[in-house]
Amino acid sequence: MAKPESEITWQELEVGFVVKEPGSARCYRTGDWKSLKPVLERQLCVHCGLCYIYCPDMAYGLDPDGFFIADLYYCKGCGICAQECPTKAITMVPEEEA
Amino acid sequence: MAKRLGMEGSIAASEAVRLADTDVVAAYPITPQTHIVEHLSEFVNNGELDAEFIPVESEHSAMSVCIGSSAAGARTFTCTSSQGLALMSEIVYIAPCLRLPIVMILANRSLSAPISIWNDHTDVMSIRDCGWIQVFVENGQETFDHVLWAFRVGEDHSVLHPVIINMDGFILTHTIEPLELLDQESVDRFLPPYEPYLSLHPDKPVTMGCIAMPGLYTETKKAQDEALKASMPTILQGWKEFGDLTGRYYEPIEEYATEDAEVLFVTMGSFGGTACAAADIMRERGKAVGILKIRLWRPFPFEVFRKATQKAKTLIVIDRATSYGGPGGPVASELRAALYGEKKQPSVVNFIAGLAGRDVAPQDFEKMADIVLEGKAKTRQEEYQIYGVRE
Repeated sequence: MAKPESEITWQELEVGFVVKEPGSARCYRTGDWKSLKPVLERQLCVHCGLCYIYCPDMAYGLDPDGFFIADLYYCKGCGICAQECPTKAITMVPEEEA
Repeated sequence: MAKRLGMEGSIAASEAVRLADTDVVAAYPITPQTHIVEHLSEFVNNGELDAEFIPVESEHSAMSVCIGSSAAGARTFTCTSSQGLALMSEIVYIAPCLRLPIVMILANRSLSAPISIWNDHTDVMSIRDCGWIQVFVENGQETFDHVLWAFRVGEDHSVLHPVIINMDGFILTHTIEPLELLDQESVDRFLPPYEPYLSLHPDKPVTMGCIAMPGLYTETKKAQDEALKASMPTILQGWKEFGDLTGRYYEPIEEYATEDAEVLFVTMGSFGGTACAAADIMRERGKAVGILKIRLWRPFPFEVFRKATQKAKTLIVIDRATSYGGPGGPVASELRAALYGEKKQPSVVNFIAGLAGRDVAPQDFEKMADIVLEGKAKTRQEEYQIYGVRE
């Protein structure tokens, strides 16, 4: 995977700003856009995966215990997961409080 | 031995595009560029040029096609003028950042309003900062030569930049003059086949023209500016090799009768020849006037310019465009900036002349010189005057 953009100097750019590596959008940190982040209350989670399905950034992935957890490197804090969660297990919390 | 012919500038230009074995021509007709496109279309129709001729529906599409074809690895040519360039301009800026060596002839014509089909430099000055290599030519021979030179330099992997050849509309596009074409063998020796540095191909997919977020845009612009400036040695080498082949050597700024001249005219394009004729007449009358002809507009040859002007007392810069409410014409304001801070600098007198085909004859150059020699010229900061305007 390529360097994060904040570390790339002008000399390191490919001629014509061409991207030669597929999947380079994976390097782009959209997680710093958010002011609220999703916090899961595990007792309420029924593992339905609706948060995973609805997430517009595909930030959700399964953790080893079988819970869907948002990768905060990508999560923009839109809150769709919390809105769609049928058991209200996800709460959007200001980043500085969590 | 090269053939010497009587030929219109536009036909000479299209002959050069044919001899360059161009792969794709995408253009929309507009006066006074039309003859170039017409002749290229005939070449393709007659089987004399094995190219895709794409008759697009607008100049915006013309440059879009050029970018696509150049990105796919095709040697690509287009030409336009005035309003066509204005419509094209959104796409013009994209080619140099993607480092695509398209060659474009700009048959210089004034911009509306009022509607005018005649020659000045307001069109090219509207895209001054587009990032292309930009040269001005003085006659049909130079146009022919510079098409070949532009492909040779632009496609060099040390350059990879698109090139605009500024050719004064009508004055050069529609004038028949004696000139020499090169034979195919000489052209092939000077101009190797185009080898793209990176190209769009399914075997090795890449992304061209992607988005840059605020974290990278600054770096791309720095890289683009440095790349354009770094093209200078290859630009000079291209002219040297062309001179060795043909005996016609070109320079970023060319001098005429400058040795003992305290007053120098600075011109671009077809004014150069008229100014030289005027210098001869003035010298017969004891006025030591010389001529500097700016051929290379971008990247601007700052060092060459400062060296060429260090002995002069006065520069008379003739602009063929106006910067409304600004610091005189665009050329003069840039030259003043290039001299700013130099220990010894000539005063810069700025005339705006020859707008929209208004004829400027050798005697007009003498009249402008007389205004300066009699101490009646405006020389302070942003001051300029429009030569020949009726008051």
